[in-house]
Amino acid sequence: MKDRFNLYRFASPATFYPFAGALIPYFVAVSIVFGLAGLWLGMLVAPTDFQQGEGYRIIFIHVPASWMSMFIYLVMAGWAAIGLAFNTRLSGMMAQALAPTGALMAFLSLLTGALWGKPMWGAWWVWDARLTSELILLFLYIGYMALTAAIDDARRADKAGGLLLLVGVVNIPIIYFSVKWWNTLHQGSSVNLAKSSMATTMLWGMLLMAMCFWMYSIAIALMRVRTIMLERERHTDWVKAELLGKAGDEK
Amino acid sequence: MFRIIAAVIGRDLKLAMRRQSDIVSALFFFIIVVSLFPLGIGPEPELLRKLAPGVLWVAALLATMLSLPRMFADDHRDGTLEQLALAPHPLGLVVTGKVIAHWLVSGLPLALIAPVLGIQFDLSTDALVVLTFAILIGTPALSGIGAIGAALTMGLRGGGVLLSLLVLPLYIPVLIFGAGAVDATVSGLGGEGHLSLLAALTFASLGFAPWASAAALKIALE
Amino acid sequence: MLEADNLECVRGERRLFAGLGFKLEAGELLYLQGKNGSGKTSLLRMLIGLLPPETGEIRWKGESIKSDEFRADLCYLGHLNAIKEELTPLENLLASAHLADEALSEDDALDALEQVGLAGREDLACKYLSQGQKRRVALARLVKEKRPLWILDEPFVALDIAAVDWLAGIISGHLQRGGLAVMTTHQLVDIPAGTVRELRLS
Repeated sequence: MKDRFNLYRFASPATFYPFAGALIPYFVAVSIVFGLAGLWLGMLVAPTDFQQGEGYRIIFIHVPASWMSMFIYLVMAGWAAIGLAFNTRLSGMMAQALAPTGALMAFLSLLTGALWGKPMWGAWWVWDARLTSELILLFLYIGYMALTAAIDDARRADKAGGLLLLVGVVNIPIIYFSVKWWNTLHQGSSVNLAKSSMATTMLWGMLLMAMCFWMYSIAIALMRVRTIMLERERHTDWVKAELLGKAGDEK
Repeated sequence: MFRIIAAVIGRDLKLAMRRQSDIVSALFFFIIVVSLFPLGIGPEPELLRKLAPGVLWVAALLATMLSLPRMFADDHRDGTLEQLALAPHPLGLVVTGKVIAHWLVSGLPLALIAPVLGIQFDLSTDALVVLTFAILIGTPALSGIGAIGAALTMGLRGGGVLLSLLVLPLYIPVLIFGAGAVDATVSGLGGEGHLSLLAALTFASLGFAPWASAAALKIALE
Repeated sequence: MLEADNLECVRGERRLFAGLGFKLEAGELLYLQGKNGSGKTSLLRMLIGLLPPETGEIRWKGESIKSDEFRADLCYLGHLNAIKEELTPLENLLASAHLADEALSEDDALDALEQVGLAGREDLACKYLSQGQKRRVALARLVKEKRPLWILDEPFVALDIAAVDWLAGIISGHLQRGGLAVMTTHQLVDIPAGTVRELRLS
């Protein structure tokens, strides 16, 4: 019982707001460190590919962005499940705070895929299974954001959005499988970005960049969730106190 | 359990029969969209045969979308939906009935008219049979998945456009296996694999979607 | 029979009421009163189980109302008529009974429509009826309604004086049979039977 109480207390915006604020600088710092290390390894240390030349180095952005775009959707669905099961306010806010970052990652993955594809295949876009799935994932993110934006009542937006996320998560494997099936039947060209014989330095570079994106996503989601909290709870005492305190500092 | 599903289907069909213009206009939308393609890309039979499965299926998705916004909106507006939610049986059963009724007035007519449109695209008899069958067993999944979107967007501004944004990405597997079945038949590979996957999608969505839609409706009714 | 404990209602940013509770026994009527926006309709939607209360609990016969059994005892009449314009009054009445899992014979339905003064219009699509007549189609449900708990949102709106008296009689009959009723209303109507309680929301 005591644990439950603590958990609920932690999940309440008034407690979470300062807690998140304290954490943000650390995540930013860690993200920068990982980013610098990853870029150094990827851009300077990793050997030039004998087939693809220097252009292949874009995978140090492309692959981590693709990983994050999928991972963030799963995390959002996790928050949605918690929110629908326990009716916690924080869950919906976290899902909404993560969505733009997830969409950005999916977009980044598509963009770098196109930039990589132009010199490699001579085309900006190829209907490859992975790129197509990424595009559909971007649609799912946009659908989620459009739905939550269209609902005025924040509670209803959280719940409806959460349900959509769960439906999406059930469908993603089916969509991915069907796209792969479609791709093999039509024998479209396949992106083989991450080769199995990948050098260890390349793998490390990608992992470091993935950590950088991960920490960045957490930091930016915490910042966004703080603004969402202020907006939604603007009529409560703790927000008024918070805003008054800030105004006092500036004076 | 079957009594309530049958009661919902009976009522929805009766309402649809009193408002036949809805069914007819969705059907004509399907016919017109499909007929526009040859005008846009040229009448070469070779090309048309290649495009037919995709064109017919995409048009079927869009035609199904047309009637989705009204699936719950009418009942919501006149208060009937509240009464359905208060009836002493699970709301998921009611939605199952509504999904089946929606399919009977939107998916079934498409399947019946599809062979005629397939002839316009110079499809062989085999391909026509598979096309009809694929639309017949694939469209219930469209009604089912569409019900979730219809329930989530019920009563929202811009609901229709939003609905297509939510639902169309989820329709992709149905499109791929539906069009793939016809494609495989045309190229002589046999469409059985596609058709059984399509049937699996339909069964899964008819089992799962009504309950997800019911949950979405309860959220919207709060 | 019907108990509410410590209910709190928050709509958007406003708290409409808190700490609200009452008990209602067989044969009793609860009048909900209050200004527009005081939360009457929200409270009714909590009582029928569509709106979960922020805090607190509602029990029917000692059990939580989140069960199919509760809904089998409930008859709710909202401010919307819940009738289909395309269907005739008779079809509407029969369809709503079927969908609510209630047994209603065609003779009973015709009898109910006659009582609400719609004799001769049973086979006319509802879109050709006036507002008041549509309301009567919705109210005709109550004539043969045997479920113990009636929850009525502004039942007297859009009715003429004769119909108000008739409806008051129907509700009295329900209370005399040991039924319960909760209703909101702007005009206080004298219900001749049963114990009348009042709850004012402010």
